[in-house]
Amino acid sequence: MNAPIHSIAHDWRDVGAVADIPLRGARRVQTAQGDIAIFRTGDERVFALIDRCPHKGGPLSQGIVHGQAVACPLHNWTIDLATGEPTGADAGKGCAPTIPVRIEAGRVLLAHWTGDRDD
Amino acid sequence: MAREKLVVIGNGMAGCRAVQEVLKRDPDRYHITIFGAEPRVNYDRIMLSPVLAGEKTFADIVINDEAWYRGHGIVFHSGVAVSEIDRAAQVVRGVGGIEAPYDRVILAMGSDPIRLPLPGADLKGVVTFRDLDDVEAMIAAAKPGARAVVIGGGLLGIEAAYGLAKRGMSATVVHLMDVLMERQLDASASYLLTSALVDRGVETVLAGQSQEILGKDGRVSGLLLKDGRTLPCDILVMAVGIRPNAALARAAGLEVNRGAVVDDAMRTSDPQILAVGECTEHRGQCYGLVAPIWEMCRAAGETLTGQDGAYQGSSLSTRLKVSGVDVFSAGKFGGGEGCEDIVFRDAGRGVYKRVVIEDGKLAGAVLFGEASDGAWYFDLMRSGADVTDIRETLIFGQTITEGLRGLDPSAAVAAMADEAEICGCNGVCKGAITGAIVGQGLTSLDAVRAVTKASASCGTCTPLVEKLLGLTLGAAFKADTGPKPVCKCTAHGHEHVRRQIVAESLKSIPAVMQALGWTTPDGCSSCRPALNYYLLCAWPGDYRDDAQSRFVNERVHANIQKDGTYSVVPRMWGGLTSAAELRAIADVVDKFAIPTVKCTGGQRIDLLGVKKEDLPAVWSDLNAAGMVSGHAYGKALRTVKTCVGTDWCRFGTQDSTGLGVKLERFLWGAWTPAKLKLAVSGCPRNCAEATCKDIGVICVDSGYEIHIGGAAGLHIKGTEVLGKAATETETIEVIAAITQLYREEGWYLERIYKWMDRVGLERIRAIVMDDADARAALYQRFVHAQSFSQMDPWAERVADLRPNDFAPMAVLGAGVSAE
Repeated sequence: MNAPIHSIAHDWRDVGAVADIPLRGARRVQTAQGDIAIFRTGDERVFALIDRCPHKGGPLSQGIVHGQAVACPLHNWTIDLATGEPTGADAGKGCAPTIPVRIEAGRVLLAHWTGDRDD
Repeated sequence: MAREKLVVIGNGMAGCRAVQEVLKRDPDRYHITIFGAEPRVNYDRIMLSPVLAGEKTFADIVINDEAWYRGHGIVFHSGVAVSEIDRAAQVVRGVGGIEAPYDRVILAMGSDPIRLPLPGADLKGVVTFRDLDDVEAMIAAAKPGARAVVIGGGLLGIEAAYGLAKRGMSATVVHLMDVLMERQLDASASYLLTSALVDRGVETVLAGQSQEILGKDGRVSGLLLKDGRTLPCDILVMAVGIRPNAALARAAGLEVNRGAVVDDAMRTSDPQILAVGECTEHRGQCYGLVAPIWEMCRAAGETLTGQDGAYQGSSLSTRLKVSGVDVFSAGKFGGGEGCEDIVFRDAGRGVYKRVVIEDGKLAGAVLFGEASDGAWYFDLMRSGADVTDIRETLIFGQTITEGLRGLDPSAAVAAMADEAEICGCNGVCKGAITGAIVGQGLTSLDAVRAVTKASASCGTCTPLVEKLLGLTLGAAFKADTGPKPVCKCTAHGHEHVRRQIVAESLKSIPAVMQALGWTTPDGCSSCRPALNYYLLCAWPGDYRDDAQSRFVNERVHANIQKDGTYSVVPRMWGGLTSAAELRAIADVVDKFAIPTVKCTGGQRIDLLGVKKEDLPAVWSDLNAAGMVSGHAYGKALRTVKTCVGTDWCRFGTQDSTGLGVKLERFLWGAWTPAKLKLAVSGCPRNCAEATCKDIGVICVDSGYEIHIGGAAGLHIKGTEVLGKAATETETIEVIAAITQLYREEGWYLERIYKWMDRVGLERIRAIVMDDADARAALYQRFVHAQSFSQMDPWAERVADLRPNDFAPMAVLGAGVSAE
């Protein structure tokens, strides 16, 4: 059977339980290309961004999560979790790339590029 | 022509509704046979909650009685479970040898409640909440005074707990998540629901992890939680979710994922066999609510009568069936990419409403306390209507929106009837406000508040009252800007917020946000840390600190640096250290390859460039050498800088080092509105630079001069002399009293010198120097608060470490794909 396009493009890697991330909090996933920040909002949605603020590279995973945004711990830029873009006065000044993420049975699955499938 | 044979497996809401949909379109087409495993006629399963609560009887909830089956010539095998679908022979076989040949089949087996595999799950008195047998088992156990525990704080679990409480039991809901009904509610609505349930005899344990069901003589006696608590109970209800009941479909060789896979015409992988309801999976989605079932049954009815049945999936909305608790939720109630929130809170009536707008359309809503507009919002959502032009009034609901459509906001207010309620908290209508403005010559918001009480409580209606002032007075009205709001989430200033926290006994962040009408669902990075501090200060020992409302430095007890590493500063009491401490620091520096070691301005040593994952081990090693966190990262007591005083100095007048050490040991751990730095100098030469600290002491021959309000940062400011104390003991008491007064009155991030400018040095002096009783009371409150705060945060964290608090939650090898 042909796999749908998105599962050819990504492998989904299980990076842990949703419950491992505090509500209104974040955790990071380490990769060879740098850290990825995984956020869990107050209304139970999960987002993933490259863990670098577009301003001065601050680790967004260490910021305060509020609404659908995170405040960077270095200089308080507010980054929209869905787009990775700064909001308010800093809108339009770059972005933290988003990573596809989904939840299945309480687990966080992160899109993971492998180039070609090994199965 | 001979009728075709239609066999329906499942006599629940879906199976019988599908039959009705077929009969409605072509009553003579099929000879119908229904198998039902439950030995009852078709009833409304979602009304079991009111039956449990004693608000309805079984007879009230029957949908189709026996006459219905007879009247349509339906063969009904009641209490007969189906054992096999033989697709080769086109026969459905029931337990006990009953066979029914078919041309078409409808699968409607519904779902099974999930039973947690906990030790003790097979004890008597452990039930699920799915059918009438479960309800009867619960009612049998529901003797007044008996205790019930419900695992699962979703819709069903809450309804079960409410029903049992209504029967006179004390009920406790144990929920794994921090938010009740998290698939339908946000944190604010969950907070209100928790309080409403308490009023109805239902307690809630959030973030409660079940470990074991305890029993006695084969019967349930309690639930043991992972945190060690035991909740005694006589009955335990598991309401943790449902699983599609698709075993029969799988055994028959049909395609099954989580549920039996169906297309838009509700056909399974065998086109002769259709499936509807909770046993299905449509476009990857399984449903557990009634509205999608009705839509599926309509499509199945069309397919079975020769039309093109098409089910497109459902938008979902939910209402909770707990009397007097009005809850509605639909769609993306929590927002999402590109969504905007409009929030309305009315503390007086316990109302919280949040509507979510996406691309100019309504994308979701959650309503608590007043849900009468739920259906209207749901219609707007499903129709995809553009709501841009009704945005201003959308949150006030259908009546106001429809009444004011097309008017600008001022005209809208002008057009409101005199009887229209403006202030929900105090029940003040428009006429009363305009009448008072004209009759008593009021010209300001404060005057209107004083006379009518409108906008005097939660403040949500302030913009409306201001518009009324403007409309009534014209140019004579100048809007009062009032105190600076805490942040964009609220119109209230810090002082009002602090006062109300105490006056209304508000003890959690959601409680403050609800009572004071916050306009965002969960605040922002400005107000959350402020509220967390205010609550901690107001309710020592009672308020549970919210780590997620603290800046990262206070969460990880270290200072974040520009490269994302941290700096660690152990406390050196009064600036004293020893060979053993220095040796331990040197060992830590070597062991963790810490790149920079520097002396701070506060007479201690800063270890810079520590990796986050190394923090717990660094603390552990420093703890082992007797050192504790220096709070160099906190809005808290930082250092007490000292000179060497009479111990060594030829000019020293008192033991300044000793006093500094005493002060630091007494004050450490205290959270304050902003950082707090002290110094003690042994003589007026002031080598400890006490006159540019928040609080300073200058020792003189006759005693101790106490100074406050210095700063040497953004602003340079010398201290003011507050007064003089004769003894060390008196000095310490005065300083504790100043600290406590500042803790209670300071605005978050307001240093002592700014607080002093705001409230006046004279006032501070009158309280802490001149009024011995007031000073003693402040001192006592400070001592009480300290009894909860002098735990070394490093030791606490090392002792209670969750695996991914500091280390990454996962490490991935190859690359990741960015969108």
